[in-house]
Amino acid sequence: MPTMPLIAYAHVGKTFDDGRVVAVDDVSLDVAEGEFLAIVGGSGSGKTTLLRLANRLIEADTGTITVEGEDVQSVDPILLRRRIGYVFQSGGLFPHLSVAGNIGITPKLLGTPPAEISARVDELLDLVRLDRAPYRDRLPHELSGGQRQRVGVARALAARPRIVLMDEPFGALDPLTRDALGEDFRELHRKLGLTTVMITHDMTEAILLADRIAVMRGGKLLAQGTPAELSASDDPYVGELLRTPRRQAERLGALLPQGGAA
Amino acid sequence: MNMSADPRLAEAWSHLPDYLGSHVRVSLAALALGLIVSLPLAILSRHRPVLRGALLGLASIVQTVPGLALLALFYPLLLALAALSLSWFGVGFSAFGFLPAVLALALYSMLPVLRNTITGLQGVDAAILEAAQGVGMTPRQSLFTVELPLALPVMMAGIRTAAVWVIGTATLSTPIGQTSLGNYIFAGLQTQNWVFVLFGCVAAAVLALAVDQLLTLIESGLRNRSRLRAILGSTGIAALVVATLAPAMTRPQTSYVIGAKTFTEQYVLSALIGQRLKAAGLSASTREGLGSNVIFEALKANDIDVYVDYSGTLWANQFQRNDIRPRRELLAELKAMLARENITLLGELGFENAYALVMPRKRAEQLGIRTIADLASRSANMTIAGDYEFFSRPEWTALRKAYGLSFRGQRQMQPDFMYAAVASGEVDVIAGYTSDGLIAKYDLITLGDVRHAIPPYDAIVLLSPKRADDDGLQKALAPLLGKIDIATMREANLRAAGNDAASSPDAVAQWLWEKVGKK
Repeated sequence: MPTMPLIAYAHVGKTFDDGRVVAVDDVSLDVAEGEFLAIVGGSGSGKTTLLRLANRLIEADTGTITVEGEDVQSVDPILLRRRIGYVFQSGGLFPHLSVAGNIGITPKLLGTPPAEISARVDELLDLVRLDRAPYRDRLPHELSGGQRQRVGVARALAARPRIVLMDEPFGALDPLTRDALGEDFRELHRKLGLTTVMITHDMTEAILLADRIAVMRGGKLLAQGTPAELSASDDPYVGELLRTPRRQAERLGALLPQGGAA
Repeated sequence: MNMSADPRLAEAWSHLPDYLGSHVRVSLAALALGLIVSLPLAILSRHRPVLRGALLGLASIVQTVPGLALLALFYPLLLALAALSLSWFGVGFSAFGFLPAVLALALYSMLPVLRNTITGLQGVDAAILEAAQGVGMTPRQSLFTVELPLALPVMMAGIRTAAVWVIGTATLSTPIGQTSLGNYIFAGLQTQNWVFVLFGCVAAAVLALAVDQLLTLIESGLRNRSRLRAILGSTGIAALVVATLAPAMTRPQTSYVIGAKTFTEQYVLSALIGQRLKAAGLSASTREGLGSNVIFEALKANDIDVYVDYSGTLWANQFQRNDIRPRRELLAELKAMLARENITLLGELGFENAYALVMPRKRAEQLGIRTIADLASRSANMTIAGDYEFFSRPEWTALRKAYGLSFRGQRQMQPDFMYAAVASGEVDVIAGYTSDGLIAKYDLITLGDVRHAIPPYDAIVLLSPKRADDDGLQKALAPLLGKIDIATMREANLRAAGNDAASSPDAVAQWLWEKVGKK
């Protein structure tokens, strides 16, 4: 490795309910700078816990986690969270704040002057492809699901983080919106040179968006690698996860004539 | 009858700035105190289930105490505290009126505020709380920028409930010496002035609605981020406070405070004393509708300066004496005992207002009952009614013991309704007052107390410790001493019990002065 990983988990463990539930079990995982990593797993696999350990929304029991070279235990968790973007499942927008208020929240917490925040909000609305004028002052309940998630992405990017964590960000969207949003985010990731960790239960989405995929089950990291590397894995669960997208691709290839407009 | 031309309505309006002002001040002070205490407690307890349970339990218990009792309890409590503070720190404070009312009402306001704030905060979606943490908020920032704004509608509903409760309950602070819109209601009830009662109720309801609407305005302003509405609402509340403070500021500082208990005669006599003081060029105000024990303690503590009490009442209640003495002897000893408390017994007014057992004349003649001794043998088949105090007073114990009375049932009643109740046969005997004009009106007779179980009840004028050497006050009151005989007082009381304009305490006091002043 030429460069140090931007996020590194080393033998990390986490249990809940006094040890009765093992959420994360001895996981070691590196995320390189500029990488787009997807963590795939079913519910209860520990993928969300693993993600939240990185910005200390959850504290690890064992092992060490470093972010940008620093052990997260030695960093103030509040400051840590302000420099890591976080996109919540179905947005997690504050219902009483306008779109602009939601997007500008982290810069505001950091003490950025209002005029600067306002300019940044406009910039971010452009970035996530929402028209400034009609959306700026709307409340979250006046937006569609896709628009809410675009605001969620803009909010995560507001304080110019190097790292973005995404918790099933596109899960609740219809397929078209989901695809458009995924593509748009992938483009933002590249353009802004972000390091992104995204959680999903959908292997197809992971393959289409991520550089590398980590597979989790029962708190353990089963496999990690590029889609090509994963397909060489002899783990039966990984094989099962890959079967669905493969079959879908074959059937779609057969059903849709090349170059035709459906 | 043209209501608008009724002079009682004009009189009611003339009291409005004072009563309403005091009411607003005591209510808003109590509400503010309640909020200052409840809001931090609710916030503190939101992650502490044990504290939360204890707080809500305590607030619920307070709520089950009737408002009047809660107010009444704070008076002796503060009296004891004031005495302690005086002996420990050399600083005393008045346990009368404003302070006990504010404390009791603040306590009363706590339950809705606590409950709704806790419920509102708990109702905030966990995902939103997580998002607040995720974007880098400290717990404090999360509380103030996310949780409280989201809980606001539920919290404001609680605050509005508390405001309406406090404004309603504040009408009950009159008996502990806090002037309020309750003065209309208590005075109206006692002197059968229904215009006053209605006026007090309507004024309290209008005030409650107005404050509720202003709070709603503030809430909608906060919720819709409309600064205009929030400012309008807050300005409204502030204007209310200023408007009620202004008359209090400009009102001349009255140097003398006259006390009155809760019955008609007391309203008339306090009005009479007030008129005499004004005639002598002394400024005076009245605190009326005070409880029997409150009024004596208030005099002792210099919170009021002068009032009329009855020798037997003080003898039995304040000094816990149950021996019966001849009239002169009792008065002399009472004077000495009062002097030890630095209270001046200025003199007697000339009439007695004793408890007496009262029956319809016709019925008594039929049964051949002339004295309480005659009644004793028949009491097992009879019912008796008395005022709220009578059956717990030592006189009642003494009467039962002296005559062996044992009634089939006993009832407590508003004094003014007792006479009608016994006249109509709803009860057989009542414990009435000898100076009450209704005895003649309903053709009732008082039964002779041949064994002298009831002590004498001379109406006496008492002065507070700080007025002991006040010649001006004593000179102004001197023309009243020994001048009011029982027949005159009965007639005055009968007039005051009427339901027309001439029956206002002031009008009756004027009439009384015209009768006795010339003597």
